[in-house]
Amino acid sequence: MLTLLQRLGQLLLRILARLGRMMLFLLTSLYLMLLPPYHPGRILRQMHFLGARSLTVIILTASFTGMVLGLQGYYTLRKFGAEALLGPAVALTLIRELGPVLAALMVTARAGSAMTAEIGIMRITEQIDALHAMGINPVKFLMAPRLLAALVSVPLLTAIFNVIGIYGGYLVGVNLLGISPGTYFDEIEHSVGWSDVRGGILKSFCFALLIIWVCGYKGYTAGYGAEGVSRATTEAVVLTSVLILAGDYALTSFLI
Amino acid sequence: MITLVDVHKAFGSQPVLRGVSLEVPKGLITIIIGRSGAGKSVMLKHIIGLVQPDQGRILVDGVDIAQLRGQAQDALRQRFGVLFQGGALFDSMDVFDNVAFPLREKTRMGEGEIRDKVLERLRQVDLLGMERKFPAELSGGMRKRAALARALIMDPEIVLFDEPTTGLDPILVTGIHRLIATMHARFGFTGVVVSHDVPHVFTIAHRVAMLHQGVITEVGTPEAIQASADPLVRQFITGALEGPIRAD
Repeated sequence: MLTLLQRLGQLLLRILARLGRMMLFLLTSLYLMLLPPYHPGRILRQMHFLGARSLTVIILTASFTGMVLGLQGYYTLRKFGAEALLGPAVALTLIRELGPVLAALMVTARAGSAMTAEIGIMRITEQIDALHAMGINPVKFLMAPRLLAALVSVPLLTAIFNVIGIYGGYLVGVNLLGISPGTYFDEIEHSVGWSDVRGGILKSFCFALLIIWVCGYKGYTAGYGAEGVSRATTEAVVLTSVLILAGDYALTSFLI
Repeated sequence: MITLVDVHKAFGSQPVLRGVSLEVPKGLITIIIGRSGAGKSVMLKHIIGLVQPDQGRILVDGVDIAQLRGQAQDALRQRFGVLFQGGALFDSMDVFDNVAFPLREKTRMGEGEIRDKVLERLRQVDLLGMERKFPAELSGGMRKRAALARALIMDPEIVLFDEPTTGLDPILVTGIHRLIATMHARFGFTGVVVSHDVPHVFTIAHRVAMLHQGVITEVGTPEAIQASADPLVRQFITGALEGPIRAD
C-alpha cells in the first residue's frame, strides 16, 4: 500500500517538476522577448514561415468549414423556419469558436511540428550548445522571434479564416440553397457584436502563445537521436492540440 | 591557464567523471585521450560551462566558471572558441553567415569589416569560394574546416576541439591536424583537443592526458606518453585487445 502511495507521490512530483520547468521556460521566453535586440529580420522570417506559408492550408480549411456550416446550418434552421439566420449562425460559430481553434490547430500541424523538429535537431546536433558557447542565450535566439511572429501572424490567420469561412457559408447558403445575399450579410451585421470579435482575437493570442511555448519547449528538451526528435514532435502536436481545445473551453467559460 | 580540481559528474545513477584533476597550460595544446564513453566530451563541456559539475571546480585564470552568471559568464565564453564534434554549423545559414554569426551577435563591426575578416578566415581554412554553400552541401572535412573558421573568428584565447577528426579519412585527418597546428602557430591560443585518434594526434600535442573511467590516469609530453610503462596507456596506444581495458 505504501509502495503504491510512494509511486503515486513520485509520479505527482515528476509531473509537477515538468510543469514547473515548462512554466519557467515560458516566463524566461516572454521576459527575453521584451529585451533588446529585437532582430526584425528574424521576426519577419518567422512571420513568413508561420503566417504566409500557412495561408494555403488556412484558406482550404476555412472554405470547407464555412461550406459545411452553411449546409448543416441551413437544414437545421429550416426545421424552425429560421433560414434567414444562416449568416449569423455561420459567422458567430466561426468568429467565436471555430476560427481561432481551427486556425490554431492548422498552424500547430503545419508550423508547430516543423518548429519542434527544427529546434530538436539543433539540440541533438549541438547547435544549441554552440550558441551557449558563443555567449548567446539560445532561449532568446530561438523563442523571441517566434513568439513575436506568432502573436502577429496567428490572429491575422484567424481573421482570414473567419472571412473565408463566412464566404464559404455564403457560397452554399446563397448560391446553392437560395438564401438572399442581402439577408445573409444584413443578419450578420445585426447579430455579430464587437464582444464576439474581441473574444475571438483574445483566443487567437492565447493560442499563438500556447503553440510557440509547447512546440518550442518540446524541441528544446528533445531527447537523443532521431527517435528523440520524433517523440518530441509527436508530443508537441498532441499536447498543443489538447491544450488548445481545453483552453478554448476555459476561455469561452470566462468570456461568455 | 585552465585548472580542473577534483571534478565529479554523474548523469542519473551513471557516474561519468569521478574526480578529474588537470592543469591545461597557457598557450599550449593539450590532448585528452581515452576510450569512447570515457567522459572526454563531458569534461570539455565542463570547461566551457555547458555542464555543471556535481562536485569540484573548474578555474580559468583562477576564476571558478561555475560561479559566473549573466554577463560575466558571457564575457568569459567569448574568450573561448569551440569546434564541436559534428561541427554544429547552423543548418539555416550558409558558410559565410555561420562564420560571421559571432561577429554580428557579439561585436559592433560593420558589414564590410565582417566580410573582410570572414573571407580571411575562410582563406586560411581553404574554403574560399564555398561561402554561399549551406552545411548540407559540404563534405565532412569542409564542415569541420568551416566550423574551425567559426571557432576562430573571434580570435579566442582558448579553443576547445571535440574530436575534430572523427569520421574523416586519414588524409583529411592529417589535413585537419596540420590546420590546427598552423592556426595555433599563428594565433597562439590555448588548445584542448579531445581525441582517440592516436598516435596521429600526438603530432600537434604539447601535452597529453589519458582519461580512463572518469579519472586522469597519466599526463605528460607526447614522447613520455608514448614511452609510458602504464599498461592502460600502452594498451590504448597500441589498440591491443588484451590488457587492463576490456574491449566491450
